[in-house]
Amino acid sequence: MSEIVKIPQKPLLKREQIAKRLAADLAADWVVNIGIGIPTACLPYVPAERDVVFHSENGLIGMGPPPEREEDIDRDLMSAGKGPVTLIEGGAFVHHADSFSLARGGRLDCAVLGAFQVGANGDLANWKVKGASSGNIGGAMDIAVGAKQVFAIMTHVAKNGEAKVVERVTYPPTALGVVTRVYTDMAVLSVTPDGFVLEEVAPGLTVEDVQAATAARLILPETVGTIAA
Amino acid sequence: MKKKKAASLEESVSHLYDGATVLIGGFGYGGVPEMLIEGICGRGLRNLTIVNNNAGTGHTGIARLLEEGCVGKMICSFPFAAESVVFREMYEAGKVDLEVVPQGTLAERMRNAGAGLGGFLTPTGVGTEIAEGKQEFTVDGKRYIMEKPLRGDFALIKAFKVDPRGNLVYRKGARNFNPVMAMAADFTIAEAKEEVPLGDLDPEVIVTPSVYVDCYYVTG
Repeated sequence: MSEIVKIPQKPLLKREQIAKRLAADLAADWVVNIGIGIPTACLPYVPAERDVVFHSENGLIGMGPPPEREEDIDRDLMSAGKGPVTLIEGGAFVHHADSFSLARGGRLDCAVLGAFQVGANGDLANWKVKGASSGNIGGAMDIAVGAKQVFAIMTHVAKNGEAKVVERVTYPPTALGVVTRVYTDMAVLSVTPDGFVLEEVAPGLTVEDVQAATAARLILPETVGTIAA
Repeated sequence: MKKKKAASLEESVSHLYDGATVLIGGFGYGGVPEMLIEGICGRGLRNLTIVNNNAGTGHTGIARLLEEGCVGKMICSFPFAAESVVFREMYEAGKVDLEVVPQGTLAERMRNAGAGLGGFLTPTGVGTEIAEGKQEFTVDGKRYIMEKPLRGDFALIKAFKVDPRGNLVYRKGARNFNPVMAMAADFTIAEAKEEVPLGDLDPEVIVTPSVYVDCYYVTG
């Protein structure tokens, strides 16, 4: 269990709105790994002309959006989440050992991963809930330690009211000190040596709303922005 | 030239035995040697250790091997997919063992075995449950854990084209774990969609050279 926090009784951002906000921070020419689940929602919000090169752990360098027509679905082209995708012009295929070599070897500018909890020290927990006998690691451990930046995308608070933005993770960690930014349905946070900095809040929410929904101290910059939703 | 082509599906997988460690290629539905798996179902094999990224989906393939009681242990990175209904039930009932390995470590452990190495240092898993019981090293100020090679008695892999020597090329994302598994087993069996004459595969694009392939079966 982690701390129970207060969810504001106000409209929060939808999944697509969080994804759109995160996508705005994926810079031109970056090589980016997209994890399974909510991270995949970011893909449609990255314009092709920005030429972000998406890496999929199963050996796709230059993963493109799902094919528009059903008859163009190729069973040999899928995302990490096993959904149909395409390959961009100039894309390449590698085998699994090479795919993870480039991840651990520092070729990913950013990884976008879902999370159960993120700690103020950048620790990421996303593979196993507390007390469970096992869980799904997939490629998250390798990708999280290898990427230059890790953007966590998640709801700010779990459905049962448990905090997900916490001082120290209580779930088994996936990787230590790796998360650099957190995008939630309430806020955008950056992880600094001093802890979480509250960069932006969702429209209609106050700084106090976000702090009350967070089990860690939030550092406030001179101006806290509003998420363009 | 050594004859590697199996005359039948049955012949291709006839060497498998109880207690063997079997590396099975594929990720999701791509690059899965479906025919070879089919070939080992129904034979009453017992206590196999199966290495695959996942733990079977639905009731076919690896899931069928599980249901038939052939599997003693699964080694995978993502065992509890929503479709892994058979594995989940058997694991919860204590009928099958599980070793969860980070996906990159899983691939590298097999490549390591295939390359004749005795282990490697990886930053993956440092400070997590995965590091428990493993040696930790600090190299140039960075923390690593030691992982050991993972060798298979057999590998069942899926290729696109094969030539009579057993050289292989793959198709798109169906490559995935197949080339590293081919390296890492004592006896590698490839299922290929198409056989081409010797010399037809451009040596510059062969992904798995014939030395890693012991036997192949052409599905057509």
